[in-house]
Amino acid sequence: MTKKILAYIDHFHGKVQSSSWEGLGLAAAIAADSGGEVAALVLGDEVGGVAETAFHYGADQVFLAEDPILKDFRPEPLADLVKQAAESYQPDLILFPTTTRGRTLAGMAAVDLNTGVMVDIIDLDWSGDKIVATRPIYAGKLLAKLVCSTTPQIITFRTRAFDKPEPDTGRSGSVTPLEVGLDPGAVATTIASIQEKAEGVSLSDASVIVSGGRGVALNPALEAPADLDEEAADIWKAGQGFALIKKLADVLGAAIGASRAAVDAGYIEYDHQVGQTGKVVTPDLYIACGVSGAIQHLAGMRSSKVIVAINKDPDAPIFNFARFGVVGDMHAILPPLTEALKTHLAG
Amino acid sequence: MKIIVCVKQVPDTAATMSVDNGVISWGDAPLIINPWDEYAVEAALNLVADQGGDVTALCLGKEGETEAIKHALAMGADTAVMISDPALKGVDNVAASRVLAAAIEKIGGADLVLFGQQSVDTDTGLLPVQVARILGWPSLTLVSKFENVAGDEGKIQVLRTMEEGGQIVDSPLPAVVSVTKDYAEPRYPSFMGIRKASKAEYPVWNLEDLGIAAPTASVSWPEIMEPEQKEIVTEIIPGDTPEEKAHNLVDKLIAEKVL
Repeated sequence: MTKKILAYIDHFHGKVQSSSWEGLGLAAAIAADSGGEVAALVLGDEVGGVAETAFHYGADQVFLAEDPILKDFRPEPLADLVKQAAESYQPDLILFPTTTRGRTLAGMAAVDLNTGVMVDIIDLDWSGDKIVATRPIYAGKLLAKLVCSTTPQIITFRTRAFDKPEPDTGRSGSVTPLEVGLDPGAVATTIASIQEKAEGVSLSDASVIVSGGRGVALNPALEAPADLDEEAADIWKAGQGFALIKKLADVLGAAIGASRAAVDAGYIEYDHQVGQTGKVVTPDLYIACGVSGAIQHLAGMRSSKVIVAINKDPDAPIFNFARFGVVGDMHAILPPLTEALKTHLAG
Repeated sequence: MKIIVCVKQVPDTAATMSVDNGVISWGDAPLIINPWDEYAVEAALNLVADQGGDVTALCLGKEGETEAIKHALAMGADTAVMISDPALKGVDNVAASRVLAAAIEKIGGADLVLFGQQSVDTDTGLLPVQVARILGWPSLTLVSKFENVAGDEGKIQVLRTMEEGGQIVDSPLPAVVSVTKDYAEPRYPSFMGIRKASKAEYPVWNLEDLGIAAPTASVSWPEIMEPEQKEIVTEIIPGDTPEEKAHNLVDKLIAEKVL
């Protein structure tokens, strides 16, 4: 039985990656069935507020380490504290969100605690003796069921795979401080600076994604400035296409995705790539504009709840995976679609 | 600067995957170097071109899984080591990391161990952090840029990616780094490189050569499945003009309750 669950709360300077709360919801659901308990692990500098919020989302107890040395993400001292908390609490299961930091710390914890780690879980069955976890492999082309024979079992769960609980601001619990006990010079690495990117909706968190493929550069009505060479003209046209996508995304509060073809052609940064060598996403609504639907792209988005394909080629493979298909030029469809949605959402 | 770059052989990303009697099949799709690893090899070659030194490609796999090593050598890696042992069947990522760490030590260590950000088959992305943790070296994952590399002074500065942006990190060497696609487009192997790689000989080490027992796997995969294919009925949105199609689509989305 999985009685004691430790859930890692991932945050950046105290701003919590909201999938962490999905982890607390999952932990609470398991604990409710086993008569167990949930502890949250909050590590950082001046993160007492995060600990408070962890109680609202279902933690019974919080292990808290606060120290300036923990302000910026450096995995080594944080992994030491994960180990310390695990040795003190003796959990059966440790949960991390599959974020860059969560993944790193889960991997290190598996080494430190001499156990295994099951990564990017999308489903979990705790009804039997052993937890059985399901995860996509080959970017979702296949699914694997996993079991871990050692304790604690360590899991990272995919963002949006489990429900986020409703916060209950009346809840509270006990805080157990962890001893940091490090000299500032004891950590080998130093963070010279941080480049924060402009706030936008991230692909992994998004409930709606509007994405563009090669078709973004194929607007027959556009004439690129004459001084551009062929490649620059292509990229300029793609920029106009993505501007239409952005307008629609802004109306929907959506994240912007792209196919590998669009990224490799230099139309948009790699950060936006959806697919086997990009991000795997599962939004409620995925609107693919000028995306043909290569198998690598489909692997990254076919689990979306509703897929809309807008493509002028009626034979594009993307239509086979779409709930709704619009055969037409995205450059002609997107402006009236954006306006119609704006009107609907305003009403 | 001595660099070890870890590479893996995987089925081509264009492969249609299936499960036959519990065994994963990729049909007749070709086997290739894990696409992410090409960025790590590219980074290793550029660092050595700048700093001097040599690049060793290290691959853990079944006997005969030579595509990754051959590709790394063809791109320009100087030497290669293959780790293969029947006892490694079914290893999990922690066990694989322990084997790789032992191999890195047997090679004589390195200033840098580079990985791709993850493999396109199991997608865990864990080996770089776990190998670093086992060796006790700093772990620098998802690196898109190397700045101020000073191999002779034993230090390096890198740009790490995370959800909120990037971190410029100063680290001592040796360190383990995973390289992202943002780093640079990997070079194509030259004709001469391919010829050299096809004739290259390199050692294949088993666990006895590494002087370690087979690490036990904690995580096993009792079942591998093809995902249930959702029955998708595609509705083509009617309309004579883009405006009509747009309005009809909005009506459908409202009816589907996804707005």
